[in-house]
Amino acid sequence: MRKRLRIRQLKYRAEDQRSGYLYILPWLIGFLAFQLYPFLASFVYSFTDFSVLKPMKFVGLQNYRRMFTADRLFWTSLKATVLYVLMAVPGKLIFSLFIAMVLNMKLKFINFFRTIYYLPSILGGSVAISILWRFLFSRDGTVNSFLNTLGIGSIDWLGSPNLALGTMGLLVIWQFGSSMVLFLAGLKNIPQELYEAARVDGAGRVKTFVKITLPMLSPVIFFNLIMQMINAFKEFNAPYLITQGGPLNSTYLYGVMLYENAFTYLKMGYASAQSWVLFAIIMGFTALTFKSSPYWTYYEDGGEF
Amino acid sequence: MRIAKSWKMGINYLFLAVIGILMIYPLLWMISASFKTNNEIFSSINLLPKEIMYNGYADGWRGSGQYSFGLYFSNTFLLVIPTVLLTVLSSLLVAYGFARFRFRGKKVLFALVIASLMLPNEVVIIPRYMVFNSLGWLNTYLPFIIPAAFATYSFFIFMLVQYIRSIPRELDESARIDGCNSFRILTDIILPLTKPAIISVIIFQFVWRWNDFLNALIYISSVRKYPVSLALRMSLDVTDTITWNQTMSMSVLSMLPPVLLFFLAQKYFVEGISTTGLKG
Repeated sequence: MRKRLRIRQLKYRAEDQRSGYLYILPWLIGFLAFQLYPFLASFVYSFTDFSVLKPMKFVGLQNYRRMFTADRLFWTSLKATVLYVLMAVPGKLIFSLFIAMVLNMKLKFINFFRTIYYLPSILGGSVAISILWRFLFSRDGTVNSFLNTLGIGSIDWLGSPNLALGTMGLLVIWQFGSSMVLFLAGLKNIPQELYEAARVDGAGRVKTFVKITLPMLSPVIFFNLIMQMINAFKEFNAPYLITQGGPLNSTYLYGVMLYENAFTYLKMGYASAQSWVLFAIIMGFTALTFKSSPYWTYYEDGGEF
Repeated sequence: MRIAKSWKMGINYLFLAVIGILMIYPLLWMISASFKTNNEIFSSINLLPKEIMYNGYADGWRGSGQYSFGLYFSNTFLLVIPTVLLTVLSSLLVAYGFARFRFRGKKVLFALVIASLMLPNEVVIIPRYMVFNSLGWLNTYLPFIIPAAFATYSFFIFMLVQYIRSIPRELDESARIDGCNSFRILTDIILPLTKPAIISVIIFQFVWRWNDFLNALIYISSVRKYPVSLALRMSLDVTDTITWNQTMSMSVLSMLPPVLLFFLAQKYFVEGISTTGLKG
């Protein structure tokens, strides 16, 4: 009797296995063809000199050597990109967390505000918004007209190498809605008893925020941090459409450089090497965040799941 | 005490309203600019146009080249709609497989799904281009549609797996006892319960594909096949003096489909996010 039961269980499993594989089959094919193969191929390409028009020639480490020693633009671009990430990501996270906390204070019309705030996230990456930004912040654009009526005078938002990157950062922060929604969901999950206990103990606002809100929210912060960082490293539309990488290459972000090398100058081997360096940088930052996370993220289940 | 509290509330609302206006002002400005004359766009910062002009729309729609924006819009729908539908279909099947079946290597395979979430598109874009080139798919919409049929957007698999996991397994079991096979369980039980998450997938994917510029720039070369994003970029490049009112009008139109979809499906969307988001 017992033996028969085991056999039936095993048979169930075999059926389970078959259906399981069958259902994930589309992903398996797609993964191999459109993710794993290109991933490995671009690594091989990175040691070659080739393009759509030119046969492939192995050049060893030459692409990497040129990138690190001879290509000035590479360093300019890398510096601009890191600066951009360091500006846009914390800016966006702090702003979205702040707004989420205000929205979480049991106010009325929350749904209305949430919708308004979310709208820029729906539109943000589009060409239309890049066009709008280019116009709003142009020399004779609306922002400057507004400043003029206030008597402040014009600022060269996109024409000055010191300001252009920051103006682009503003566009990213404007799209804070998606991280805000995640923070809001996270805040809703913090048990109210914790706050009540803190009040009874006489903890002030700052202390409550530092000792309760931040630790309880740390997994959401962690998730947002990684996702926003990856996106910021890859930014393409805004620098390509608003400033074309200028002025003086101050907004020549990594994504623009990759695109130009690969598809404008057709240096596909070199661009592949650059894409792998980007990948390494992103992985490095992610690993750093992951590694540091036990010190600042708190999981109720101890991080096991 | 009471007065102090309502004061505080008032300040909160004021703050939220100011932020809200700052957020929405650029969009309102764009709509208003689309109804202004080209001169007025530069000379006045009033939100209300002196006189409502439809020229921007009429001339913009006609376009500056051989084709009208009608073509660009229908191109975009031809690209986006199959991509979105196939994404939903394939991601749902795969997510169901991961969420409900036990098979060898599942943990490793699912870890690969998560890992590919972090793989930047930039790394795979050149070899993909070469593959699509050798298949003769360049300048068609196949580089968008075919990967969608094979569930290459791992974010959606992840989202749906999280959601399906939260549906009690007892429902599957009782259906199985009633003689349903696994596919019937998917269509009759899982599918209706997953509706909010599926609607989130539709919104996200529609908006992302609609706004997508980089991939269109790489794969689509002839103007006749341009989606709206490329056509808008073209209107910036073609003329030295940009006719801003036309560009603004077409930009406003280009934002309508994603915004309309967002408002129509908003209720499900928020529900889908907050349950799949990070509760796990």
